[in-house]
Amino acid sequence: MNFVFVPVVTDEGTRPSGGSSQSVIFYAFLTFFEKPTATSKRENLNIKSSGHGEMPCRERGLLMEDNIIIALKNISKKFDDEVVLDDISLNIKDKEFITFLGPSGCGKTTTLRIIAGFLEADSGQVIFEGKDINSLPPHKRQVNTIFQRYQLFPHLNVYENVAFGLRNKKMKEKDISRKVEEMLSLVNLKGFQRRDVSSLSGGQQQRVAIARALAVEPRVLLLDEPLAALDLKLRKDMQVELKNIQKRLGITFIFVTHDQQEALSMSDTVVVMNEGKIQQIGSPIDIYNEPKNAFVADFIGESNILDGVMLDDFKAKFSGAVFQCLDKGFAVNEEVDIVIRPEDVDVVPVEKGMISGVITSNTFKGVHFEMIVDIQNFKWMIQTTDYYPVGTEIGIEIEPDAIHVMKKSKYSGLYGDYSSFSDEIEHLSDVSLEEE
Amino acid sequence: MKQKSLSQKLIASPYLLWAAIFIIVPLVFVVYYSLVDANGAFTLEYVSQIGKYKDIMLNSIWLGFVATVISLILAYPLAFIMARSNLNVQRTMMMLVMLPMWMNLLIRTYSLMILLQDTGIINSALSILHLPNVHMINTQGAVVLGMIYNYIPYMILPLYSIMSKIDNGLIEAAEDLGANKLTVLRKVILPLSMPGIASGFTMVFVPSVSTFYISKKLGGNAFALIGDVIEMQFKSSNNYNLGAALSLVLMFLILICMAVMNRFTGDDDDGGVLI
Repeated sequence: MNFVFVPVVTDEGTRPSGGSSQSVIFYAFLTFFEKPTATSKRENLNIKSSGHGEMPCRERGLLMEDNIIIALKNISKKFDDEVVLDDISLNIKDKEFITFLGPSGCGKTTTLRIIAGFLEADSGQVIFEGKDINSLPPHKRQVNTIFQRYQLFPHLNVYENVAFGLRNKKMKEKDISRKVEEMLSLVNLKGFQRRDVSSLSGGQQQRVAIARALAVEPRVLLLDEPLAALDLKLRKDMQVELKNIQKRLGITFIFVTHDQQEALSMSDTVVVMNEGKIQQIGSPIDIYNEPKNAFVADFIGESNILDGVMLDDFKAKFSGAVFQCLDKGFAVNEEVDIVIRPEDVDVVPVEKGMISGVITSNTFKGVHFEMIVDIQNFKWMIQTTDYYPVGTEIGIEIEPDAIHVMKKSKYSGLYGDYSSFSDEIEHLSDVSLEEE
Repeated sequence: MKQKSLSQKLIASPYLLWAAIFIIVPLVFVVYYSLVDANGAFTLEYVSQIGKYKDIMLNSIWLGFVATVISLILAYPLAFIMARSNLNVQRTMMMLVMLPMWMNLLIRTYSLMILLQDTGIINSALSILHLPNVHMINTQGAVVLGMIYNYIPYMILPLYSIMSKIDNGLIEAAEDLGANKLTVLRKVILPLSMPGIASGFTMVFVPSVSTFYISKKLGGNAFALIGDVIEMQFKSSNNYNLGAALSLVLMFLILICMAVMNRFTGDDDDGGVLI
């Protein structure tokens, strides 16, 4: 599992179909800032060639030598006999925006702290530009961190906070002053030099933290859920701003979040983690469209995950019907998980549908209606822009490219049924089903 | 709102009464006695006599200062280690710091005497080992040692309380920004623990300067501290007026020292224990 997966969004046409209007604007914004370089051309190639997440060996070899800034090799970590990281291997490319995404306790922050040097892995190596930095203390590493709670020095004003790292570099006062000005204007905090950090709002403190970390010109910036403490509006603004800063400075960002929307809209590469393991590495589009297992499919966006059987290449059977799909390479009659996104289902009259079901609830969500449809006792979530009253029997049509087939994993059967809106009750109902 | 403030006053009244009887009234007496003669007439005679005791006064302040600084040097790393240990270690260490305080000051000083005497435990041990004896009792060193031994918990506790409040994340942030251990200490931990230093300093300095028992037992009659002189005025010389005048002057000197100290450490006094 040592390959890097680097497709970057450069092409309007590859936008994920389920994106909200905000992320559409955001992708347009990304396109604007993306510089057409030799690497991005190759990355474009990869989008086309990466059929099923694996890529041809020749290209893999090419990418391996392609300015990898940090490599994690077989990192494991235990806290009091509890395995937090289980054999994590990952290559991080220079200048990319990579996000560790996962639920709390998945090991994403631990990974970040190991890269920063605050924690030492029990086994495995952290390689920075080809050199093993396992035993290097944090203050000697060319990485800087934005902490979740910012950790600004309360006894210093804004200027001194930003200057902190520069003073450790023994820079001349004149240069320090120029750099601090430059950083404060980068984060739109001009004129705040003499302010007490405790007098700043959360968003402003966040900006000071960014300025402070970037002032020392790190090669890699680590961000530990930096937006978690901000309110929604501010968070959206900061997402755009962070991405903007990353593009402008051309440094690597390693971003940790549990917010899948944040991960999808900001990252070049998303690393989905759960239970101390990497579940999937890929571009936001790949992660969304080609989830590797039921956990990823469920964690990223909404999805109906059904039990199915691959009758043959391009032919999947589920919900009592046979569907054309684009997936191949499975054994004949192999049991699989089928993912169908709620927005990819077409509602048609019953007689025209491939399968049919009864609407059990319908909620207006603004852009669309969100219906729960009972199809052979499996509750589907289907999003449509037309209104159908509860109780209506509807037909359903699914295009071949809307069907994604995944191998069975230990997460199979845990997710994907919309028997209830509440996650807790969903979990309970899963448990009670198992007991039966 | 009025009713609430009335009930607040009621709740506060026992403490106000306490403060009045045991703090305000004695202070008034001290000021009164120091400014009148034996017949009750106003005079500055006793206050002006302070010149005679200038050396003793300065020596007291000096020894108190030395004891306080040494306490600080000893207590600071200990408090830091305590604050950074796990909870069980913290509790045990706290217990060990508090344990001597369960014994009376007099008993502690006596036991120190037994240790330091020319024929005391330390010198006996040295004799057994055929090592030269060391004269320790009745020296300034012994007095300073007594002050440190008796008052160091009052330095450790405020330091520990303020240091355990320093977020470990701040230390990590400093290291992240290229600060080595020494820089972290100098630029983050030290400035953030200043309020603790200030209150610890006060809590050791004030009783050290005004002590009379420690200097009497461990310093012998070789030299007296200002506390001894004041005690003598009240107990043997029966010169209440001079005693009160000396107390008043000592009080002012301590206040000045504290003011200097507070200016030095800044006005931020949250988290401190006393000030």
